[in-house]
Amino acid sequence: MTDLQPDLRQRPSDDRQATALPTDLTARELGRWTWRQLTSMRTALVLLLLLALAAIPGSVIPQENIDSLAVSQWRDDHPRLAPIWDRLDLFSVYGSVWFSAIYILLMVSLVGCIIPRLFVYARALRARPPRAPRHLTRLPESASYTTDDAPEVVLARAAEELKGRRFRVARADDSVDAERGYLREAGNLVFHLAVIVVLVGVAAGSLLGYKGGVILLNGEDYGFSNNLTQYDDFAPGALFDPDVMEPFSFSITDFDVDWITEGERAGMAREFVAELDYRTEPGGEDKTYDLRVNHPLSIGGTDVFLIGHGYAPVITIRDGEGNIAKRGPVVFLPTNAQTFESFGVVKAPFARPGQIGLEGTFYPTFAMGQDADGNLTMPASVFGEALDPLVSLSVWTGNIGVDDGSAQSVYVLDKADATQVTRKDGRPFRMDLRPGETATLPDGLGTVTFDGLQRWNKIQVSRSPGSLVALSGVVVALIGLLGSLFVRPRRMWVRARRRDDGTTVVEVARLDRSSGGDPEDGADELADVVAALQGEQGQTGSRTNSNEEEQS
Amino acid sequence: MTDNQWEVFSYEAVITAAVLYFLAMLAYFFELAVLRTATKESELATVGATAGGVSGAPAAGEPPAPTRRGVVAGRLGLVLTIFAVVIHFVALVARGLAADPNRVPWGNMYEFTISGTFVVALIFVLATTRIDIEWLGPLVTTFVVAALMAAFLGLDDTVLPLPDALNSPWLVIHVVAAVISTGAFTIGALLSALYLVKSRSDAPTGYLARVPDLKVLDRLSYRMHAFGFPVWTFAVLITGPIWAHQAWGAYWNWDPKEVWAFITWVVYAAYLHARATAGWRGRNAAILALVGAATLWFNFIGINFFSSSSQHSYAESVAPEMSVVVGLPGPVEAAQEVGVVVGADHPRA
Repeated sequence: MTDLQPDLRQRPSDDRQATALPTDLTARELGRWTWRQLTSMRTALVLLLLLALAAIPGSVIPQENIDSLAVSQWRDDHPRLAPIWDRLDLFSVYGSVWFSAIYILLMVSLVGCIIPRLFVYARALRARPPRAPRHLTRLPESASYTTDDAPEVVLARAAEELKGRRFRVARADDSVDAERGYLREAGNLVFHLAVIVVLVGVAAGSLLGYKGGVILLNGEDYGFSNNLTQYDDFAPGALFDPDVMEPFSFSITDFDVDWITEGERAGMAREFVAELDYRTEPGGEDKTYDLRVNHPLSIGGTDVFLIGHGYAPVITIRDGEGNIAKRGPVVFLPTNAQTFESFGVVKAPFARPGQIGLEGTFYPTFAMGQDADGNLTMPASVFGEALDPLVSLSVWTGNIGVDDGSAQSVYVLDKADATQVTRKDGRPFRMDLRPGETATLPDGLGTVTFDGLQRWNKIQVSRSPGSLVALSGVVVALIGLLGSLFVRPRRMWVRARRRDDGTTVVEVARLDRSSGGDPEDGADELADVVAALQGEQGQTGSRTNSNEEEQS
Repeated sequence: MTDNQWEVFSYEAVITAAVLYFLAMLAYFFELAVLRTATKESELATVGATAGGVSGAPAAGEPPAPTRRGVVAGRLGLVLTIFAVVIHFVALVARGLAADPNRVPWGNMYEFTISGTFVVALIFVLATTRIDIEWLGPLVTTFVVAALMAAFLGLDDTVLPLPDALNSPWLVIHVVAAVISTGAFTIGALLSALYLVKSRSDAPTGYLARVPDLKVLDRLSYRMHAFGFPVWTFAVLITGPIWAHQAWGAYWNWDPKEVWAFITWVVYAAYLHARATAGWRGRNAAILALVGAATLWFNFIGINFFSSSSQHSYAESVAPEMSVVVGLPGPVEAAQEVGVVVGADHPRA
């Protein structure tokens, strides 16, 4: 029976070895016992299923590194559970200790299993096919016949035939022993080794690589060059070295969107094209590239992706003394993915007599909402394209907290020490500007002009070294997998013995060593070999026996 | 024809195919009914024959010999299924032609379902030419009819142009591989379920008696999975990451769909591993195969209801697919945090 399940012998997996808990062990014996447990098939299986189980929470609970906004919302909604979840690393499952523990154990188990098997396989490659069992006809797939040919002739013909069928063939005194399908175990080993390669590639990417994002205004005047100071957000790997950053630079000369104006998807946009002027190194040749979704720009080992877009109203603030306190495009961030209603902040900390901070909403296509009775309600944007742009701003003065040198977000107005500017009747002052319009602020603070519109793009730059290693690893693993699934290792034996009456008894047997082999195919192969052996020679009788392989 | 006419034509073709599958299902059921009564008759005949001392009646435990009517019904079922598959294919082509610009017909859940059921039926029809698997007909047609009904009732969606992120040759390669492996795994799961049911029953009549030996069921199920697994590997771990890298800027994002595709992969890897090394066959292997199929179908349908953050999430008709949160440092009200979007939204899938 062991012959039928060769894999079992190569790895301790039977109950006796896997579960016998030793008492009175020395440290060394305990170590060996633990190692054997860890590298046992059963443990590998349990770890594999555990890995699947452990991956589930990350798909249901929001993850910090994927959607930090959802995480903070979840924290607000579940104030009691959040600390427990935090302690269990449930907001970063795939970087957590317990998740890592499972796959590291799995890898250790895999290595511990594969290395001994490599040696076993190397020996098997050099070994001759195993000798014929004594009673060939007792094997499930066997046949026998008698012939007048001499045993030598039959065996020579058998060796020839089996070689022709690409078996490895060895002669013994009264038999021919043959085996083929060595590639199955090779495929198996290649698959497992390639899994390690994939892991190395992925680890290299996450340790050495980086991923950063930047919001870049359109136009020649606004350039990006690839160094740390230029990024809005930057996520380096643990072993990231800034020296590897390629010194390219680019600017966006134009950005095109195709807005769908009719049909079910009206209001949706597609076919985003950002025209890029770039140089691979300072002083290098100027090149252009049409950056689109699904078409990143690759520069060396770094890829540049188009991720998002939005509007930047160009705003001029003149202070109470008539000086320009602020002029230029200000990035407003979309709060609605369809209509591109956007939120933004303009700061003029050096305006005199008082600092000026503006905060408000930009509507690409402005319209007043209406309720069921036709009364005007909230203002809104009805379309993502800037058909009727309007910016609606409220004003703050006092200390907007920019001049003290502390770090501050350009997207948030610090209102802690600021006061909102009000109209004479005490209600908050608010101005609605279309391009070209100017509003005068109360209290002699100055004027605000909405000069026009600029666009910006969100660009992601990422470098993941080892991704090609990982990819080739998976491809090789797939090839190995195909070998281990579809190569069918099998042995065949032919024995010929002279009987007293001068005839020769020929016994042929076949042993399928794969799981899931098709008994019909096996019977066919056996029958073909027998037919080839018999050739046109007369034979006195034959008998075949092709029961299905007994499976445990 | 105009796009609109193609769309209507596609609907009609799907309905026609569904009706044909339904008729095929009825034919198969009729065959089973005939089988059941025929077996009873032949049992009576056997009793009579034994009494008469004549041998030659079917031996106990042998599958009952189908009667002529049963054979005709079974043939009819297969022929109807083949017709249905052909019309089903026409419906898919028409669906692709209904889109402007023309495209592959798997841009949303409805389209993926009609494509997936087509592959299930096609694999079954192709398999009948090579192996004796016609007895799976009742289950396959029932499954396809049920899935098509669900697609009509729950997932119906008009033809929409593809958003940018889906507009890639990888849509064809990645999704075709996913659909084919889903079809193979589904048939494998049907076989495994059949294995479990049959192993608990020793009824000498009826459908389970028609179904081959447990050993054969087990082996067929294994071969479906052995075929599906490499294709799934290709879909999930090769083409998926390549496309994700191009469209989203990272080859693996731990997106819920990705996570569940990975879980499915691991479960089926465990299935094959257990068979190859731990000698798990039969019952244990069948249970593991069903777990794998559960994760597969949960990933296809269920996860959309649990997670809206998925970049694969097509649960809403107009959902942003590529929303990247621009980190706003400092205390910000939730409403002010912003998804910046290259408005590339998927239609439903």
